[in-house]
Amino acid sequence: MTTSTPTRAAVTEPDRRLPALGGFAPGALGIELRRVLRNRRTLAFTLIMPGVFFLIFGLPQGGQSLDNGRPVTAYIMISLAVYAAMVATTSVGGAVATERALGWSRQLRLTPLRPAAYVATKLITAMSLGLLAVVVEFVVGTAAGVRVPAYVWLLSGLAAWLGSLVFAAFGLFIGYLAPAENVMQIIGPVLAVLAMFGGLFVPVEVLPDVLQQVAKFTPVYGMGVLARAPLTGDGVSMAAVVNLVVWALVFGVGAARLFRRDTARV
Amino acid sequence: MTSTHPAVELDGLTKSFGAVTAVDGLSLRVQPGEVVAFLGPNGAGKTTTIDMLLGLSRPDRGTVRVLGGTPDDAVARGRVAAVLQTGGLLKDLTVGETVRMTAHFYRHTRPAAEVLERAGITDIADRVVGRCSGGQQQRLRFALALLPDPDLMVLDEPTTGMDVEGRRDFWQALRRDARRGRTVIFATHYLDEADAYADRIVLVRQGRIVADGTTAEIKNLAAGRTVRATLPGADQAALAALPGVDAVEVRGDSVLVRTGDSDAIARHLLTRTAARDVEITSRNLEDAFLALTTAQTGA
Ligand SMILES: Nc1ncnc2c1ncn2[C@@H]1O[C@H](COP(=O)(O)OP(=O)(O)OP(=O)(O)O)[C@@H](O)[C@H]1O
Ligand SMILES: [Mg+2]
Repeated sequence: MTTSTPTRAAVTEPDRRLPALGGFAPGALGIELRRVLRNRRTLAFTLIMPGVFFLIFGLPQGGQSLDNGRPVTAYIMISLAVYAAMVATTSVGGAVATERALGWSRQLRLTPLRPAAYVATKLITAMSLGLLAVVVEFVVGTAAGVRVPAYVWLLSGLAAWLGSLVFAAFGLFIGYLAPAENVMQIIGPVLAVLAMFGGLFVPVEVLPDVLQQVAKFTPVYGMGVLARAPLTGDGVSMAAVVNLVVWALVFGVGAARLFRRDTARV
Repeated sequence: MTSTHPAVELDGLTKSFGAVTAVDGLSLRVQPGEVVAFLGPNGAGKTTTIDMLLGLSRPDRGTVRVLGGTPDDAVARGRVAAVLQTGGLLKDLTVGETVRMTAHFYRHTRPAAEVLERAGITDIADRVVGRCSGGQQQRLRFALALLPDPDLMVLDEPTTGMDVEGRRDFWQALRRDARRGRTVIFATHYLDEADAYADRIVLVRQGRIVADGTTAEIKNLAAGRTVRATLPGADQAALAALPGVDAVEVRGDSVLVRTGDSDAIARHLLTRTAARDVEITSRNLEDAFLALTTAQTGA
C-alpha cells in the first residue's frame, strides 16, 4: 500500500456504467453471511438451542415408535429442524428492522444497490442460515442415534428448509413494519407460540380440542405437517397445503407492500 | 470530463413538513469544481435541501438536476456520493468489511485500501464499527463516499461531534483528496470551516438563501463597521440615504448604522444631528453571519 503519491485516475474518467443485477453481488453476500455467522445470539437461537432441545426432549423418547414403526426421536428431530429453520430465516429477515433503525438503508440509497437486490441478498442469506439450521439439527439427531431411510432425511429436510421461506418473508414483513434495533427479542416468543400451535414442540393432537382447531389456521401448521409427512407416511392433507400457500402469500405480499412503502421517496 | 452541465441546479425547491416550511423556494446553481459551503443555523433547511439534492426525498415543488441528470441516476452511476449527518453504519461489521461490502454495489470503484488510506483509517480497518469513535465513523463514511471517485461530493455537517483535532484531521483528509474538477458541497454551522475550505459560501436561513458569494464577498459583507449612537427620533430614511450606508436600524433611542465609511457617518451624526454617545465597532464574519441568519434585523 502506498502512503504517499497515490496515483489516481484523474486523467481517465471512471467507469460510470450501472452495476449488473442492480448491484447484487456474491462478494457482498459473502460478507453478509459471515456477519450472520458471527452473531452469537443468532447462532445460539438457531443452531445450538434446537440441538439442545433435541437432547433434552427428544432423547428420552428413545426406543418408542410411531404407528408405522419409525422412531419417535425422528419425529421430534424433524419438528425441531423446522423450528430451527424458521427461527433462522425470521432472524435474518427481521434484521432489516435493525438496519432501518440504524440508518443503513438510507446509506444504501446513496449507492447503486437497488432495493430488490438488497432483499434478494437478505433472502439468500436467510435461506442459507435456514439450511445450516436444518443440517445441524439432523447432524445432532444422527449423532444421537436417530436412523431413518435416506429419502426421509432428504424430503423432510427439503420441506423444512423450503417451508422456512415463509418465515424469511415473515421476518422481512416485521422488519419493514417496525424499525427497531432489538426486533428479535419481540419476535422470539411469538415464534415459540406459533411453533407450539404448529406441533413442533408437542404433536397438535395432544392439544385441547379447541386449540387443535385453531392450530390448523396458524402459520407453522402446514410446514410442520409437510416436513413430517415423509416420516409418518401420512398423506398430506389439503388443509396443510392450503395453510402453507396462504401464509406464504400473506407474508410475501405483506412484505412486498411494506417494502414498496419504505422505498417510496417522500 | 467533457460535460458542460452545472454540477447542481436547484430551481424553486420547496419542502414542507406539516406547518413547517423547511425549504422555501430555494434556487442554486453550482458549477463543476466549485467548493461550496452551505452555512446556516439549526433548522435552516440544509439537511432537507441535501436530501432532495441526493434524491432521498422529493420536493413538494421545484426541480433538482445533478450533473445534468436526475439525482437517482447520478447516485447509481457513482457520480455523486455523500457523507450524511446521521446514522448509516452497521455496528457489527468491521471498518474494512463496510468498505468492501459497499464497493461490491458499484460497477467500478477505487481500491478499498486506497480509500481507507485517503480517509486516514487504514490502521483501524479490522476494528468493529460499533467500537469506533464518532470521528472515526465519520471518516469511514467519508471513505465510503470516496469509493466511486465521485464528480460531486456532498457532506452534511461532516465534523459535528468531533473535537478540534478530529475536525482538523477530517478536513485535512478532504483537502488531500481534493482533485481537480471535483465539486464539493458541504453543510456546516462553523464559520471557520466555511471560511477555510470553501470558495463560495451560501448562507441559508428559514429555507431561503440570504447571501451567496465568494468567501471574499461574504467577508466583505462583514468588512464594514457599525456606528452606534443615542439619537431620539432618528430619521431612519435620511440616514439610510447617506453615502456608504449599508443598513440602518433604530432600537428605541439608539440608532445603529452599518457602513463602509464609519468616519463620515460619525462626523455626520455629531455635526448634523443631536446624536451623542457615538461608538464605532468593527464587524467580523461572526456578526455578518448572525445578522444574516438570525433575527430579521433591518429587513
Ligand atoms: N422529517 C421531518 N419532519 C418534520 N419536520 C422536519 C423533518 N425534517 C426536517 N424538519 C424541520 O424542517 C426544518 C429544517 O430542518 P433541517 O434538518 O433541514 O435543518 P438543518 O439546516 O439541516 O439543521 P441542522 O443544522 O440542525 O442540521 C426544521 O424546522 C426541522 O424541524
Ligand atoms: Mg442538518
